Amino acid sequence: MVAENQFITFDNVSKFYGEILGVNRVNLQIAPGITSLVGPNGAGKSTLMNLMTGLLRPTRGSIKVLGIRTDQPEQLFRAVGYCTQFDSFPRGVTGREFITSFLLVHGFNKKRAQELCDVALAHVNLLEAADRKVAAYSKGMRQRIRLAQSIAHEPKVLILDEPLNGLDPMVRAETIALFRKFASEGLHLIISSHILHEVDMMSDRVVLLNNGYIVAEGNIHGVRDEMEEHPMQILIRCDNPSKLAAYVFEHDHVVEARLHEDRRGLFIRTRDADRFYLLLNRVVAEGGINVESIAPVDDDLSAVYQYLIGTTGGSA
Amino acid sequence: MSSVSEAMPAIPAKPNFSLWLKQIRAIFWLEIEKNFFSRRSILIYLLALLPLLPLTVIAVFQPNTNEFRDFRQLSLTYAFLYNGLILQTVVFFGCAWIFMNLFRGELVDRSLHYYFLSSVRREVLVVGKYISGLVTSILLFTGTTIVSMLLLYLPLFYSESVRFFSGGQGLKHLVTYASITILACVGYGAFFTVVGLFVRNPIIPALVLYGWEWINFLLPPLLKKISVVHYLKSLMPVPMSEGPFAVVAEPTPAWLAIPGLILVTAIVLVISGYRIRKMEISYGSD
Repeated sequence: MVAENQFITFDNVSKFYGEILGVNRVNLQIAPGITSLVGPNGAGKSTLMNLMTGLLRPTRGSIKVLGIRTDQPEQLFRAVGYCTQFDSFPRGVTGREFITSFLLVHGFNKKRAQELCDVALAHVNLLEAADRKVAAYSKGMRQRIRLAQSIAHEPKVLILDEPLNGLDPMVRAETIALFRKFASEGLHLIISSHILHEVDMMSDRVVLLNNGYIVAEGNIHGVRDEMEEHPMQILIRCDNPSKLAAYVFEHDHVVEARLHEDRRGLFIRTRDADRFYLLLNRVVAEGGINVESIAPVDDDLSAVYQYLIGTTGGSA
Repeated sequence: MSSVSEAMPAIPAKPNFSLWLKQIRAIFWLEIEKNFFSRRSILIYLLALLPLLPLTVIAVFQPNTNEFRDFRQLSLTYAFLYNGLILQTVVFFGCAWIFMNLFRGELVDRSLHYYFLSSVRREVLVVGKYISGLVTSILLFTGTTIVSMLLLYLPLFYSESVRFFSGGQGLKHLVTYASITILACVGYGAFFTVVGLFVRNPIIPALVLYGWEWINFLLPPLLKKISVVHYLKSLMPVPMSEGPFAVVAEPTPAWLAIPGLILVTAIVLVISGYRIRKMEISYGSD
């Protein structure tokens, strides 16, 4: 029996904007750790996040976050922090005022609000700029102050819509490290991003969305393994690729064997990667071929994205 | 990050009035700052100062007409000025601007979601915002009411006016006009709050209500009662003629007008609370 209050649960959730589909028949159970929502623009990532936080109401189905209904903001946002994509702020506030004022709205007293504000500002390296007007911040700083605002009340669930947008490479790396730290502390992080290699790097699992539907979910390698219609591609660097090709091609799970341009490697496409690796072990053990390296070519999010959604996604 | 239970105020098992009060106070001060010190507030200041402009001209040039030469006429002059310029123009449009912007303004600025993403009951948000609008409008427009009355009386008849306001009917009139302004802010405030929550372009319902309030004197007695201004006029300390075409109706007694207005306000605020509970925010994204 799974404890309801450990998960974010979507139970047959659909959202329509009039006749336009937002998301349809979503069934999900999200465990602690980093879960990335991936999909092209309009796939339904932000809709899913807005549904999770009660900014939108499902047309059908129900959502619970750690056992809390999303139409109870007074309970929900004790556990949830949401950094939206909306790059807008109350007028005229400084970074510090922005964070403390909403901590006061949460119900913290002034002293505690100031303490929590400082901790949040330190997490995003904005302590020095805290007393400047948000309107004078750069795009990256505005992104960071919104992130600070969403984590300031120390939520158990962090929902972050494109949180790395506008950040320079150094800050991106720091922010990803911060997310990993939160995940290691047992928090749920739900992150949307279109930068696939960053998602690949930081996520424990992914949810792939397209046109309002979930097309795949789970650990990225698990998802890849289940895609039988797209045999796994593996590059084997060895001293005698022709011999290896002849050897492996006798096996029915290998559907293609192609020599590398430099003739020092072999591309294999197999329907069963595990059986292929056993086969390769046998080849190496029998001593006929010296293998230098083995690398899966399309066992990453970019490949999965390309196979399932049909484009290459973002990469910048 | 430490656990939530360490950081958050205790989760209420039942209605937690002390937490609500704390949250209302926080929302109130946030909104008061916006109401008084944002760029949007310039319009409200100009509106509040509007009646003082003709009164300053009158004070300086002291026109030689009966309305301004006869001290006994001044109370009637002020009644017309208050009704036409202050109550039905300044207070009406001032409240429309302040209260409709409580939610609509933040939707336009795309900043309402910060409230919606806080652990606060949305009904508490309505109360906090409404009180901030109420305090803003009362401070500004009661100030306008008092200053404009003094500005009419004191420069023209100084010594009579001092006696009038210190011991005679003047103080009673002043307090009554100020009270009518406060009640107007309460009533119009609730109406415009709910309009700002339901209607994407609140100007149209505001203009419809404005027209309805202005033609109130022409309406049959039953229809007169479906308005705010009818109850407010019933409280006026100086009865005014509404012209030859006016349909005369018994004024509603104060003991009925005041609680009635407050009751309707409470009902409208409950509707606002219900509406905001169901409200969605997307700002057209995704």
